[in-house]
Amino acid sequence: MASNEEILAGLAEIVNEETGLAPEAVEMDKSFTEDLDIDSISMMTIVVNAEEKFGVRIPDEEVKNLKTVGDAVNFISNAQA
Amino acid sequence: MSAPTLKQAPLQENTRVMGVGAYRPNVIVTNDDVCQWIDSSDEWIRQRTGIITRHRAPADVSVIDMAEGASREALEKAGIEASQLGAVIVSTVTHPYATPSAAASLADRLGATPAPAFDISAACAGYCYGIAQADALVRSGAAKYVLVVGAEKLSDVIDNTERTISFLLGDGAGAVVIGPSDAPGIGPSVWGSDGSKWDAIGMTHSMLDIRELAMAGKSTAALSDGEAAVTQAALWPTLRQDGQTVFRWAVWEMAKVAQQALDAAGIRAEDLAAFIPHQANMRIIDEMAKQLKLPETVKVARDIAEAGNTSAASIPLATHRLLQENPELSGGLALQIGFGAGLVFGAQVIVLP
Repeated sequence: MASNEEILAGLAEIVNEETGLAPEAVEMDKSFTEDLDIDSISMMTIVVNAEEKFGVRIPDEEVKNLKTVGDAVNFISNAQA
Repeated sequence: MSAPTLKQAPLQENTRVMGVGAYRPNVIVTNDDVCQWIDSSDEWIRQRTGIITRHRAPADVSVIDMAEGASREALEKAGIEASQLGAVIVSTVTHPYATPSAAASLADRLGATPAPAFDISAACAGYCYGIAQADALVRSGAAKYVLVVGAEKLSDVIDNTERTISFLLGDGAGAVVIGPSDAPGIGPSVWGSDGSKWDAIGMTHSMLDIRELAMAGKSTAALSDGEAAVTQAALWPTLRQDGQTVFRWAVWEMAKVAQQALDAAGIRAEDLAAFIPHQANMRIIDEMAKQLKLPETVKVARDIAEAGNTSAASIPLATHRLLQENPELSGGLALQIGFGAGLVFGAQVIVLP
């Protein structure tokens, strides 16, 4: 099971691959849409890649609640527990 | 006296796509036009969808008119007379009559009467559903030649001011003739549905709702022009989608279906000359191509840039353009996959005419 730091690093890698954003820009308090300018389609790609990487399931209706990077890290962490 | 023996139709081993036709209506809607209706920009729309223009039909051009234009070209390319057709299948969700079908009228206009004619309702998967049926009809001996048409006038069922789907959509028709072949020309169809996602793409309300709303509301004659327009817009059902749900399903679930169609046909990705997915969104097309690990040698159809998303018409329209721009692809293998409202999907590998 991954620590929150490991999940954040993994997520940053996925975001970088999808958007080209520097991994260090992906911080816990950053909003996906407001701060990182990630649109709904890119968000879905990130979600699917995160599911694969962390071995969790993130349902469509849950994606709407993942406003910040921290929301995603916490969801993945809880889903792995 | 011996019991009589029932005679069954002789089977036909192989089928192929014999010719493809297209009809593109002449009203061009640009992204700048779209931005009069929604708060957006040409750059945003291109980046998000890959769409630069879409064709839309004027008021006096119907689904059947467009279907006829595409069908005449397909018949000519196939070298088949309409009178030789054993069935006429039209896939559409925008023929504005629940009955009679668009196909019966089309068959009559073409001179195919009394060929059996019927419509299918499988939205953006409708063309691949039609190919699956035509292939089965020809191989079973139920028909020798079958016309399959995808024809849509989506501009009749959109609300230009909403942001989930309307700005993606265009009008048009594409048609093919399916017939017997010496060599295999159509691989096994992988097709299906998932009605648990019935709500993901569809109309805002039903025809019965219109009746109820019309009865409950005031007569539009009693309203001012502005009020009447608002009431009318509220009454008229238009398309909506849950973009995120559809995107996830379209890319990751449909890539699996596309792979199954390849496997069923005994074909590897590197054997393909072309990949012709439903033209829903350029990013779905790109992501699917990535998931399927298509080598650079496979030509990917990107008619969406110019035509927008034309539902059932998109695959034959894209095929038509691909062959026009790359005639050397003729005789090569193409993987085609349609997916959409239902949810429904269909895929097969074909030899390009």
